[in-house]
Amino acid sequence: MAKLLIRGGHLIDPANGRDGRFDLLLERGKIADVQPAIPANGARVLDAANQLVVPGFVDLHTHLRQPGREDKETIESGCLAALRGGFTAVCAMPNTTPPTDHRGAVDFIHREAQRLGLAAVHPIGAITKDRQGKELTDFGELFGAGCIALSDDGHPVADAWLMRRALEYAKVFGRPLIQHAEEPRLAAGGVVHEGLVSTTLGLRGIPSEAESVLVSRDIALAELTGGWIHFAHLSCAQSVELIRQAKRRGARVTCEVTPHHLALTHEAVEAFNADAKVNPPLRTEPDRQALLEGLQDGTIDCIATDHAPHTEWEKAADFDSAPFGTSGLETALAVCVETLVAPGRLSWSRLIEKLSAAPAKLAGLAAGTLSVGAEANVTFIDPSARWTVDPQRFASKGKHSPFAGCTLTGAVVRTLYRGVG
Amino acid sequence: MEPEPPAAFREKAKVMDAEAIRRALTRIAHEVLERHKGSDSLALVGIRTRGAILAQRLAKAIEAVDGRPVPVGVLDITLYRDDLSRIAPNPVVHATEIPFDVTELHIVLVDDVLFTGRTIRAALNALTDLGRPKTIQLAVLLDRGHRELPIRADFVGKNIPTHLRERVEVRLAELDEKDEVVLETPVDAEVR
Amino acid sequence: MGATLTTSRAAQTARWTRKDLLDLRTLSAGEIRLILQTAESFREVSLRPIKKVPALRGRTVVNLFFEPSTRTRTSFELAAKRLSADIVNITTQQSSLSKGETVLDTVRNLEALKVDILVIRHAAAGVPHLVAKHAAASVINAGDGAHEHPTQALLDLFTIQEKKGRIEGLRVSIIGDIAHSRVARSNIWGLTKLGAQVTVCGPPTLLPPQIEQLGVRVTHQLDEAIRGSDVLMLLRIQHERQEAMLIPSLREYRLTYGLDQDRMSRAKPDVLIMHPGPVNRGVELDSSVADGPFSVILDQVTNGLAVRMAALYLVAGAQGKPEDAGMFPADA
Repeated sequence: MAKLLIRGGHLIDPANGRDGRFDLLLERGKIADVQPAIPANGARVLDAANQLVVPGFVDLHTHLRQPGREDKETIESGCLAALRGGFTAVCAMPNTTPPTDHRGAVDFIHREAQRLGLAAVHPIGAITKDRQGKELTDFGELFGAGCIALSDDGHPVADAWLMRRALEYAKVFGRPLIQHAEEPRLAAGGVVHEGLVSTTLGLRGIPSEAESVLVSRDIALAELTGGWIHFAHLSCAQSVELIRQAKRRGARVTCEVTPHHLALTHEAVEAFNADAKVNPPLRTEPDRQALLEGLQDGTIDCIATDHAPHTEWEKAADFDSAPFGTSGLETALAVCVETLVAPGRLSWSRLIEKLSAAPAKLAGLAAGTLSVGAEANVTFIDPSARWTVDPQRFASKGKHSPFAGCTLTGAVVRTLYRGVG
Repeated sequence: MEPEPPAAFREKAKVMDAEAIRRALTRIAHEVLERHKGSDSLALVGIRTRGAILAQRLAKAIEAVDGRPVPVGVLDITLYRDDLSRIAPNPVVHATEIPFDVTELHIVLVDDVLFTGRTIRAALNALTDLGRPKTIQLAVLLDRGHRELPIRADFVGKNIPTHLRERVEVRLAELDEKDEVVLETPVDAEVR
Repeated sequence: MGATLTTSRAAQTARWTRKDLLDLRTLSAGEIRLILQTAESFREVSLRPIKKVPALRGRTVVNLFFEPSTRTRTSFELAAKRLSADIVNITTQQSSLSKGETVLDTVRNLEALKVDILVIRHAAAGVPHLVAKHAAASVINAGDGAHEHPTQALLDLFTIQEKKGRIEGLRVSIIGDIAHSRVARSNIWGLTKLGAQVTVCGPPTLLPPQIEQLGVRVTHQLDEAIRGSDVLMLLRIQHERQEAMLIPSLREYRLTYGLDQDRMSRAKPDVLIMHPGPVNRGVELDSSVADGPFSVILDQVTNGLAVRMAALYLVAGAQGKPEDAGMFPADA
């Protein structure tokens, strides 16, 4: 493949401490050189003036729905959505049909992703067989097949005894278990945060404690076993504080937060807007502030989308019947810019880190950097572009978003995966 | 589509003053008693809002002559209007208050102005839904012409020729602080 | 006569411009009063030998009930008929989603038949809002999940107004399963907007979180809710609450929260006893109280008709092009 010179952009590569005017030379799908100024020497030149040139984002929490619900999303449409959002790697949650609880399912995802060649897809295996929370899957087989972590996401591992054994056994492989922290009995039947909005709208609430109770338990189990627990999509202040304390004690605890939990509160559900129905639910303003602080002080390790696409007709049902989840890949960056960079909560550099190097590290991937020799996964951002969210124009099949109609700042203008795009 | 209503009106002529209104009602009272040979089985039903006030006054005038009180009811014809599906929001509905059975009575329907006749058509339907009066007659303070239905008044205070686009404003002390009837003419030609 | 004219002028100050009647939370006090005043006018229609006026002749109303209800459906049906509208009843208990068909599919099919007003009852909160957003037809919420039941609250307000002559300044206690009650929510909004002081009473398991932020006083003691109240509004307790362990048993509920003669002795001598029905006799309300001299439960049913006629009339009027009703010539 010919050489490609990306010239004139503002390069941000937190892993290498770069944040300034750099040219980037790509060759054969790899990063060949990074210098303040690189002569063209016959390379095709891509003008990146007034753009940010950053590592392709890594999403630690994506639902690709294939196999099983190809009407909601496929590996192909999910990868296209990822590229639109600036992501060159996605970690696919195992709640498919059949679930990713055996080698065949892992191999299928790898094969399909390789055939498409659009973006890297890293499967996450299930912790328990058929995600039933009863019997452990064959961890060694799943990690051996290339799973980057295990999770029963969508369901918690509710059984404390089983979770203890899982954390212990996973230590063999040095990879995390990702917990969807939700105490099932406390959350039963709930569709929104339990509070003034649930009271006003007459909807069944899910208290914050449904999450924090399980976060608390799993921190204790991680400390008991020395295993690595990663909490998915934190939603409430208590969880952030519990994890902050646990990290101070040196527990092997990591966690993520979604752009929508950073940007919105339960008031987004007003007038029964099912596009804002997500799990865990959007919570209160103090919770949102705690999440922002947790991200700022490093308690929260990274941003993950929890991209959970559904068909339009499913989301157009009444609030109780509509499924949880939002299409998040294509709005993630702009929502983070509006919520974090514009108000001065995070610098551009730290935001890029939380979207690329940090999740890559958690996933154990040599990704999320623009180091020489790394894969040429590069995202170009126009930091001042204003655009209005129109879910109908998403590449994802999940054409729904709580941000529909919002005008946001910061747009991904191009994403290169292995030098192509 | 109907032509747009004129934006504004100005007074063209005073058609009746308080004294003229009083005299007209007294005369109608005599005519009603004469036609019915007394006030037996007689009842007045006024159409909201000014017809109802006039019915009260007419009842007093009849009592002054005959010495016996005449029952008076109030009819709200909103729900019988033939243009409900064409106007939004719907006009405010008020109660019909007829504290007697209309069946077998001689009813004199009272309104302020007789114009197209559509209000009277609605009132006749509303009244016959309440029972089966022996007769229904119509008394109006003014008849301004331009009928759209085959309806005529039995008792008329005053006939006045008007242009279709003119407006007749009846003001009664109970609502409008003074008694008068004014003919108004649209000023849209000057405004636009 | 003079008094009547005064009220009629007051009514003219508010106007109804909403296509739908979905809740009381978003209505203004003026709009609520307008509905009550309109209902006042409609009450007389039901006292006539011919209980029918032609106001909605040629309009089609659909009672779309996804949850069984005899009372509310019948009340709306009679209300529509007394306004001369055509009415169709559709009662379906199946969750249409299970067939892959959404509520909106059902509504689109009805709209293809050119209906004017949809009266919707559904076990899920927010269905009438969802339909209203997508349908050209007017939507009246006839009860959605635990959210709101606006016409029930309006008939309750109407009944209180009728019996007490006012709502402002009255003390009203709503007793029972507040958490799962759409009637309670609508009444809280309606009563507080019109200036009543509302107390909600029930066990903590049946009170929703932060209910006091809606402007009501909260008590768990029945006697406290009874003492000094002008109106006691009892809510139906459902058997499912026992199964969900929200109350230990119906017997226990009766002992702690049931209103019987003994407890009535602590009530004001002119207290009103209200219940949206159907009453669980011997659970939330003792039979002797339900049928006693303070009970206005049947007046509530009667007034429901006038209130629903008013609701149908007003939403029907907000459908056409917004033209000035006042331009109607003095005699037309």
